[in-house]
Amino acid sequence: MSTFADTTFTAPEQIRNFCIIAHIDHGKSTLADRMLQITGVVQARDMRAQYLDRMDIERERGITIKAQNVRLPWTLDGAQHVLHMIDTPGHVDFTYEVSRALDACEGAILLVDAAQGIEAQTLANLYMALDRDLHIIPVLNKIDLPAADPEKYAAEIAHILGGEPEDVLRVSAKTGMGVSELLDEVVRQVPPPVGVADAPARAMIFDSVYDTYRGVVTYIRVVDGKITPRERIRMMSTGAVHELLEVGIISPEPKPSQGLGVGEVGYLITGVKDVRQSRVGDTVTSERKGATEALSGYREPQPMVYSGLYPVDGSDYPDLREALDKLQLNDAALTYEPETSAALGFGFRCGFLGLLHLEITRDRLEREFGLDLISTAPNVVYRVVLDDRGELTVTNPSDWPEGKVAEIFEPVTKCTIIAPSEYIGTIMELCQGKRGQLGGMDYLSEDRVELRYTMPLGEIIFDFFDSLKSRTRGYASLDYEESGEQASDLVKVDILLQGEPVDAFSAIVHKDAAYGYGTRMATRLRELIPRQQFEVPIQAAIGSRIIARETIRAMRKDVLAKCYGGDITRKRKLLEKQKEGKKRMKMVGRVEVPQEAFVAALSTDEPTGKDKKK
Amino acid sequence: MPGSALSGLGQRPFGVYVHVPFCATRCGYCDFNTYTPGELGSSASPASWLDGLRAELDLAAAVLGSAPPADTVFVGGGTPSLLGADGLTSVLDAVRGAFGLAPGAEVTTESNPESTSPEFFAGIRAAGYTRVSLGMQSAAPHVLAVLDRVHTPGRPGAAAREARTAGFEHVNLDLIYGTPGETDDDLRASLAAVLEAGVDHVSAYSLIVEDGTALARRVRRGELPMTDDLVLADRYEIIDATLRAHGMHWYEVSNWASTVDARCRHNLGYWLGGDWWGAGPGAHSHVGGVRWWNVKHPAAYAKALAEGRSPAAARELLSPEDHALERVLLEIRLVDGLPVSALDPSALPEARAAVADGLLDAGALDAGRCVLTDRGRLLADAVVRRLT
Repeated sequence: MSTFADTTFTAPEQIRNFCIIAHIDHGKSTLADRMLQITGVVQARDMRAQYLDRMDIERERGITIKAQNVRLPWTLDGAQHVLHMIDTPGHVDFTYEVSRALDACEGAILLVDAAQGIEAQTLANLYMALDRDLHIIPVLNKIDLPAADPEKYAAEIAHILGGEPEDVLRVSAKTGMGVSELLDEVVRQVPPPVGVADAPARAMIFDSVYDTYRGVVTYIRVVDGKITPRERIRMMSTGAVHELLEVGIISPEPKPSQGLGVGEVGYLITGVKDVRQSRVGDTVTSERKGATEALSGYREPQPMVYSGLYPVDGSDYPDLREALDKLQLNDAALTYEPETSAALGFGFRCGFLGLLHLEITRDRLEREFGLDLISTAPNVVYRVVLDDRGELTVTNPSDWPEGKVAEIFEPVTKCTIIAPSEYIGTIMELCQGKRGQLGGMDYLSEDRVELRYTMPLGEIIFDFFDSLKSRTRGYASLDYEESGEQASDLVKVDILLQGEPVDAFSAIVHKDAAYGYGTRMATRLRELIPRQQFEVPIQAAIGSRIIARETIRAMRKDVLAKCYGGDITRKRKLLEKQKEGKKRMKMVGRVEVPQEAFVAALSTDEPTGKDKKK
Repeated sequence: MPGSALSGLGQRPFGVYVHVPFCATRCGYCDFNTYTPGELGSSASPASWLDGLRAELDLAAAVLGSAPPADTVFVGGGTPSLLGADGLTSVLDAVRGAFGLAPGAEVTTESNPESTSPEFFAGIRAAGYTRVSLGMQSAAPHVLAVLDRVHTPGRPGAAAREARTAGFEHVNLDLIYGTPGETDDDLRASLAAVLEAGVDHVSAYSLIVEDGTALARRVRRGELPMTDDLVLADRYEIIDATLRAHGMHWYEVSNWASTVDARCRHNLGYWLGGDWWGAGPGAHSHVGGVRWWNVKHPAAYAKALAEGRSPAAARELLSPEDHALERVLLEIRLVDGLPVSALDPSALPEARAAVADGLLDAGALDAGRCVLTDRGRLLADAVVRRLT
């Protein structure tokens, strides 16, 4: 339906740009839905739950991966206003995207579940918003729930923000209670955008999405000047020039417009087919008389975690390549290059923003493209300084240098953990075991505590999430952000079958964890690899030093006891099946290793992802 | 029946197998095609089964045309001894009526020790049976209990002696090894009992936990442990060494005999590609490269034959590849092995590699035969996969 907000070039004083900072199940999508409905841009009967979360996996995992934004009309005291609600990605791996979305706003709604209180990632995003001087409107949601404790959590929020508990608004996104009042407060409290209307155009890209029919749809926030259709634009990071095919707003379906002015949020379409050509954080300007200085804050996406992805069935390799090509159109952070593993055959070394990004990608490859995949243990990026002062970057244990190394640096993170205070001891024990260093601890309320740790990223991506969740019965929440690097005593542990190293099982671990990794893998493989006709030693080694050993005893019996008249057909078919199965074995030297053994050996330590929504 | 299948009939050994699908009780490990009276109710009985059997054997004689007399007859089950000496006499009469018996024919019946007696053995000896196979399984009471076998530990040996007294020269005892709870010493005691009974043939099978049996359910629930393959291998070696020390030598992976004459000719027919007609519910047949098998339930079996229809449920024509594979997998199990000429020439390097790995006998291969070594016997299926 059409409203006054459909017309662009709205005066900046009438515009309010805001986002919603919330933990995943605290009701952000429901609140967004309710706002669409209350402002009248979506009719109640057209309302699809969680209108803004479009992808299946997002809906299933309850996380928003890609931001959407929407333009809403709102009249307060007779004055018409345009609200731009900018949806932020809801996961730790997408911190940079969150920061860009925040930069497109002047205010943020801090949305907290009145029955659960603030969670670690919400806190991290809140701090990011405060760093950017965003105006924060604290809101407790789900106040209609019987378990809601608004007094307690309002006090908690006031403690964090330094305000009064009475300033915390109370809504129920589900019933709509308090949502109109919240929109009023957005108009009253959030400052209008400020920009120079007659300056050269500068707009920040805060999201970029590939659409099968339209090509790349780029979401922008205009800072200075204006963006109008049928002009050519320039991407300031690369200097690339594109035709502008369409400029428009989302409300909540895309609507072409006459252009976008200062402070306005909308989309543009240039006809490019790859989100890499329209990068989040980049500045868009007009080709002619364009700006000379880009907006600050752009950076290239940096993979933080690497993993090898291999098709279980080697003949699926071309399909895997095609699927990755397609995913990359819509995922500027995904990198991949072909790699060969002696054990797993042909696959790809893929780079991800983090572990969840990895899991989402693998999930999509398996689900949307019907592939069966083996993923090798995730690996962070190490900087290795050699004795001759040469330096190399290692993202794969196979590239670990054989010779003497002077120093090894690993990425570290700053972690925030929020949990009920009864778990402090458990969490500290876990974090110490993961080489974490306690940076500080604050009580958010009487029984909830925030712990701050510095911890190697390599430890977090191993099995930290799962351990934290299981030791705190799911009550702890976690956020982390990269925080430079540190020199560490790291070693590569190889796993050898009958003296042959199996590249897929090699891992880079801290010296003190090497023995544990080695024994765990050796024990697990002894159980997973069937007996062969000869004894198979399994060894874990650092270089030539053996640190753990197990033995798969030789198979001594492989014969069907009975073979009479009625058994012959059955036995022939069984043999044919066994021979078929043998073809699916991977050979490591003379050892036949079933695919399933690789899958099982490589998957057990990986978080399943199911319970680490954040 | 394709003419090609019948063309060599009579030039190969010809056997008749009769399946008796009745048991007094169901043993927990058994997945054979057999039924207790409670399971059958009034749907089938030994009498209706015998009618069906007669009809099937007449049908067989007609299908095979000028069928040769049977070189071997084997009555298996189930529990054939439940039919009693009279019942078994009727069975053999039916076979004789349909095909006749070749001079010196081997005629075996399986029996459960608890349903035999001196009178029983005298009766079937008089009817023309020449060989008895007794299901002993073990001499250890706790092993018999796990297997749900109802006979007392001493009964099989006593039955074997009764059979010999009744004139049976050839008596077999069946052993099952590797039952959960069995120890090496239990097995040695069973072997001692076998040797004491003075039989000329022993079959020993490792316990197979078959899907769908009560035993499989108990193992799955964790009530009984599965016996490790390495233990099974040890037990097999105990059996082989003990029997060998007492003059009984293996002639098939799971079968030992004191003389060449004591070997079961009927079973050799299975392993050497002979022809046989399997009569009775669920019985399998093979004639000249055609295999078929009957419907399994005694009621369906009896009904088909009462209506003048064939009781066959399905059949397969063996392709040359099937035939070649079967020949390797069956003949390799025998003490004389299989001729190298039966292998695909491309498998010869694997045969030599198997010699190097200690699985095939070096001298035999030089002489043109693939013969399993002691170790190779326990890995026979792996050898077959390498050679085919």
